Amino acid sequence: MLEVTDLRSAYGRILALKGVSLRVETGEITAIVGGNGAGKTTLLRCLSGVQPASGGSIRFHGEDITGWSPHARVAAGIAQSPEGRQVFGPLSVEDNLRLGAFRRGRAETELNMERVFDMFPILKEKRALQAAGLSGGQQQMLAIGRALMSDPRLLLLDEPSMGLAPVLVDQILDAVVALKGAGVTVLLVEQNASAALAIADRGFVIETGRIAHSGTGADLLHDPAVREAYLGV
Amino acid sequence: MLAELLQFLVSGLTVGAVYALVALGFTLIYNASDVVNFAQGEFVMLGGMVTVFAFAAGVPLPLAAALAIAVAVIVGLLLHRLAIEPARGASAVTLIIITIGASIFLRGIAQIVFDKRFHQLPAFSGADPILVAGAAILPQSFWVLGGALIVFAGLFLFLERTLLGKAVLATAANRLAARLVGVDTSFVLALSFGLSAAIGAFAGILITPITLTSFDVGTLLALKGFAAAMLGGMGSPLGAVIGGLLLGLLESFAAGTLSSAYKDAVAFIVILGVLFVMPQGLFGRRSVERV
Repeated sequence: MLEVTDLRSAYGRILALKGVSLRVETGEITAIVGGNGAGKTTLLRCLSGVQPASGGSIRFHGEDITGWSPHARVAAGIAQSPEGRQVFGPLSVEDNLRLGAFRRGRAETELNMERVFDMFPILKEKRALQAAGLSGGQQQMLAIGRALMSDPRLLLLDEPSMGLAPVLVDQILDAVVALKGAGVTVLLVEQNASAALAIADRGFVIETGRIAHSGTGADLLHDPAVREAYLGV
Repeated sequence: MLAELLQFLVSGLTVGAVYALVALGFTLIYNASDVVNFAQGEFVMLGGMVTVFAFAAGVPLPLAAALAIAVAVIVGLLLHRLAIEPARGASAVTLIIITIGASIFLRGIAQIVFDKRFHQLPAFSGADPILVAGAAILPQSFWVLGGALIVFAGLFLFLERTLLGKAVLATAANRLAARLVGVDTSFVLALSFGLSAAIGAFAGILITPITLTSFDVGTLLALKGFAAAMLGGMGSPLGAVIGGLLLGLLESFAAGTLSSAYKDAVAFIVILGVLFVMPQGLFGRRSVERV
């Protein structure tokens, strides 16, 4: 579904991605794990188009989308729930969701909103409230729900577990597994490597802008090198 | 005494409505880009001047006004396309300096295309003051207040009731997230420039029968509008309206009770006061974030 080849990207003169290649297969959960500053977020930002690539290519369903604008990518079916949630604080929960379907029609918006409410009932309860007033976990649900509103073929999740209590982390990751069951392809970026690899079909370990290891989620979870470096055992 | 107060009140609200419209223009562009557009006053000037010259050339007044708004919108869009968009990614300070340059440029062009004299438009519905409780109110004041009210209501409906309006608010709240949901933020900025220009020009047309216009009226109006936006809280449309009306009232009462020589000083005292005492203004953003 998604094929990234030798992707490079830089902030000024600092190269954050030094040639990343990976594939995301339809219907799977793909996890990208790695330490702080390894390039995980930069990679997702390149995939959604808010960060320009300085080399390499991104192909989505066989089409080269490397130079596409973010809104064209949303229209094509790629949606991102960003790091740090980034909800529209002054707007209501419902407006946040409606904006998630900005590139979709009205009928589709209502349908998708029902689906998001089914998945996260708390959002339905708080639909009229300001997003800034939600708790961290609820904001995370809103960020994921907002991304789902465009009915994406590929969902990019950046650190959905960051800053959440363990019970909420489980709840969010359960939701990710449920999304896979519903046919959404997920690319998950996590610092919480063991939790992410445990639910992933395929995993990539990224180190200083390069892919260091790859394999199935279970393989990586049991790889001694990965365990030592990222799982703290 | 009561008649005098009423007089100050009406003239304060009239001029305040114009400041509020200018402040709204500042707010729209600021929200979409963090840029304070100091060429905002030139839109007001274009509104008045184009109407005056088109009217003098025999174009009926409503048509001349529509033409003036169209010219201002085109200038606003060009300003965005030719000066702001190419500098995308530059710091807000750089962009602000670009708008100051644009303001000087537009004034220069206006001086050549039009002239350096003052011009007046006839009042839309007669120039004879209406006496209300001893205060003489110009019929044009009602046009200004009514016109401003229509703009406030229209803008409110656009922002609160349409998805595109909400995309404008979303862009103001979080530009990154707006891009991620598929909002073309550079289109939103162009739209903001177009809307600001239209609102500014409209204000210029309404006020010209009362205050006259010339190629350089924009400078002072931009500063007054900026003071109003600061007072209301930069970035808040409601703040812009309240700030504008308040500033107009302050000016009118200062001119009436102290001396009209101090009228223009009021705006600058307000700017200083806001900066010293409450930099976020009356309705400014107070960021609430939870982890």
